[in-house]
Amino acid sequence: MPKVTIDGRTIEVPEGTTILQAARMVGPEVAPPAMCYYTKLNTSGGYCRTCIVKVAQGSEKDPRPMPKPVPSCRTMVMDGMVVENETSPEIVEARKGVVEFLLANHPLDCPVCDQAGECHLQDLSYEHGSAKSRYEFDRRTFDKIDIGPYVQLHMTRCIMCYRCVKVAEQITDGRVHGVINRGDHAEISTYVEQAIDNDFSGNVIDVCPVGALTDKTFRFKSRVWFTKPVDAHRDCTTCSGKVVLWYQGEEVLRVTGRKDQWGEVEEFICNECRFEKKKTSDWTIEGVRTIDRHSVISQGKYARDLEIPAHTKKKLIK
Amino acid sequence: MGKKLLLEHDNVPGIQGYDVYRQMGGYASVEKALKTMNPNAVVEEVKKSGLRGRGGAGFPTGMKWSFLAKPDGVPRHLVCNADESEPGTFKDRYLMSRIPHLLVEGMITSSFALGANTSYIYIRGEYYYIVRILEKAIAEAYAHGWLGKNILGTGYNLDLYVQVGGGAYICGEETALLESLEGKRGNPRIKPPFPAVKGLWERPTVVNNVETIAAVVPIVNNGGDAYAAIGVGKSTGTKLISASGHLNKPGVYEIELGLPVEEFIYSEEYCGGIRNGRELKAVVAGGSSVPILPKHLILNTAAGEPRLMSYESLADGGFVTGTMMGSGGFIAMDDTTSIVKNLYTFTRFYHHESCGQCSPCREGTAWMEKVLHKILDGHGTLADVDLLWDLQKNIEGKTICPLGEAAAWPVAAAIRHFRTEFEEFVKNPTRIKDVKHYYRLNNLPEPVM
Ligand SMILES: Cc1cc2nc3c(=O)[nH]c(=O)nc-3n(C[C@H](O)[C@H](O)[C@H](O)COP(=O)(O)O)c2cc1C
Ligand code: SF4
Ligand code: SF4
Ligand code: FES
Repeated sequence: MPKVTIDGRTIEVPEGTTILQAARMVGPEVAPPAMCYYTKLNTSGGYCRTCIVKVAQGSEKDPRPMPKPVPSCRTMVMDGMVVENETSPEIVEARKGVVEFLLANHPLDCPVCDQAGECHLQDLSYEHGSAKSRYEFDRRTFDKIDIGPYVQLHMTRCIMCYRCVKVAEQITDGRVHGVINRGDHAEISTYVEQAIDNDFSGNVIDVCPVGALTDKTFRFKSRVWFTKPVDAHRDCTTCSGKVVLWYQGEEVLRVTGRKDQWGEVEEFICNECRFEKKKTSDWTIEGVRTIDRHSVISQGKYARDLEIPAHTKKKLIK
Repeated sequence: MGKKLLLEHDNVPGIQGYDVYRQMGGYASVEKALKTMNPNAVVEEVKKSGLRGRGGAGFPTGMKWSFLAKPDGVPRHLVCNADESEPGTFKDRYLMSRIPHLLVEGMITSSFALGANTSYIYIRGEYYYIVRILEKAIAEAYAHGWLGKNILGTGYNLDLYVQVGGGAYICGEETALLESLEGKRGNPRIKPPFPAVKGLWERPTVVNNVETIAAVVPIVNNGGDAYAAIGVGKSTGTKLISASGHLNKPGVYEIELGLPVEEFIYSEEYCGGIRNGRELKAVVAGGSSVPILPKHLILNTAAGEPRLMSYESLADGGFVTGTMMGSGGFIAMDDTTSIVKNLYTFTRFYHHESCGQCSPCREGTAWMEKVLHKILDGHGTLADVDLLWDLQKNIEGKTICPLGEAAAWPVAAAIRHFRTEFEEFVKNPTRIKDVKHYYRLNNLPEPVM
């Protein structure tokens, strides 16, 4: 099995593992941020360029470094490879540039966006971006489009990660969803506003890293950090029926798939579970869900006793 | 006179038609290859010739051919890249419209070498009139038994198709071209896998430029060694140069690689000097994406050696004082040219042509265009020049395909060599708004517009 060293930490991984997967095996401290890669979607990744790393040594056999930063999500490890992520100043700098590009046309309408609080672009810019943008021109805007009864597309917020396109390609049938136009005019579209009508189409909401694809049954009902996530399941003939219910008081405001540490759903769920089962009686409750991410949803909330690390304590506003 | 291999019969009346082309020795390479050589021997000749890809990257063709995977029972394909969309490059158009049979012949000989039985010429949509010329040539080749089943009774079969693109520069990038050829949106693929392993319909595929394929004809006819004897060092053979801009005689020239740049610009055999007797200011030597060089660096290298039209000499000095051969689009600019305006035009092109898949190129090309527009409008600041520099740096090397670099390099080079001109633009905003300001600013006579 190939051995790879990432930011000074060595791990042995199965043949065919990507640098990103290997880094995730090592741990979140060395794992590069990934905005377009999605483990469960084939051919995803390679687009956003946030996961770039430096390959300081190609392999044991051919130790030459790679000439350019590589997307870790689409680059396989080789035996003896040495990878630098956060330890490379060039990469930290280059990633800052990528984040700046991703934000250049982003509306930054977080205060009115349903995704706020669980948005990967928020996390990314907080962790890897600059406080100020140098972009001073009009931002690209699009009209909101309803794609089917349950999903709204707000292209203005899209970062063109192609994840929803892969969902449409790979887990729904009768694909009517893709990309039209090119360059900074490129947009996700169902072409002549065709409705996506299909058992699994709701998953585009879960894979969307930003608030471009949102759940119309949840729109503007609450901020995610005011809702309480609970694991639940039901007997479903279409999908696994394993979901997270998001409660406010006694009311189920929305249903989503269960997301892992990297923000990726464990299993795709069907539209019936997602949009039509909004009563507690529809579900067998398993218990409160631990939100693993460093997200505001988990701040001071139900899942665990809060132990504030010393370095955070210093930064807390008293 | 320099030796001509591709355009030798360019001026023979009727060379566009089959009969004259055949009388001039056309299709000899097919006869020679199919009847007296095996496919590997043809690949060997191409290797020996030292031929390098004429599409821009200059990768050795023989080596590319030998990388082609040959799994049992899987068809292989040869695809000719006739998408020619780089600003400043128009040599393939010239060749295809004047001597179409040379490309058809090259396709047959090369397909035989690669063991391909179905080959394609992917041509940009704007070249619709050449499509007709090529289709006529292909029909003639079928009629005379050079294409189809059992060619020359050797048992070798080949079908050749022309596929018309929709007119996108990005479809010249080889993997975007393959996507488009498959009927999909022309987005570049993420490599690996490379086309040599998984190309058209996931089958092993070679993509070559028109000129590269045409050059196979003289290589097979005269042998790889004879081809390698022309040129200098690793720049062997002849190259078509598309010369444009402020030259007395712009046009397509076939040169022997190694010709001094100075001779190419000023001699009567080639471009005949700068129009109206003006001073040369700068040259973009290999199509819009390669770094621009000021006069003193294009005529001589930084070390003071005469610069030659060869892959190595043009690249001498790296990107600091050198440039690239690229696709051979040679754009000369005289002293009335505004580098800032020229850069804006290039940048607008790349913005328009970015496919939008990867964030740095999608956002960066648009952003650079806006900044340049602002500077041209007289609203620029010195910080904008630094911003442009940062933007190109943040794009370079971080994209899926080389279009990102193609957009970044011209910006980097223009600022590197002509920074004062950018500063002049931002420091004199009121004068900038006057169209003729530039000439007055530099005490130049205003050009007739
Ligand atoms: C954006 C872009 C546009 C390109 N356009 C062309 C083109 O129009 N014609 C061409 O022959 N090669 C073009 N290329 C280069 C091709 O990708 C490829 O390298 C070439 O066709 C290989 O042929 P060669 O080895 O014969 O040069 C382009 C590359 C990029 C990145
Ligand atoms: S809509 Fe969302 S998932 Fe689809 S490409 Fe845009 S950001 Fe990605
Ligand atoms: S570099 Fe530009 S053209 Fe190439 S894949 Fe990326 S966005 Fe598309
Ligand atoms: S996660 Fe690797 S390029 Fe987007």
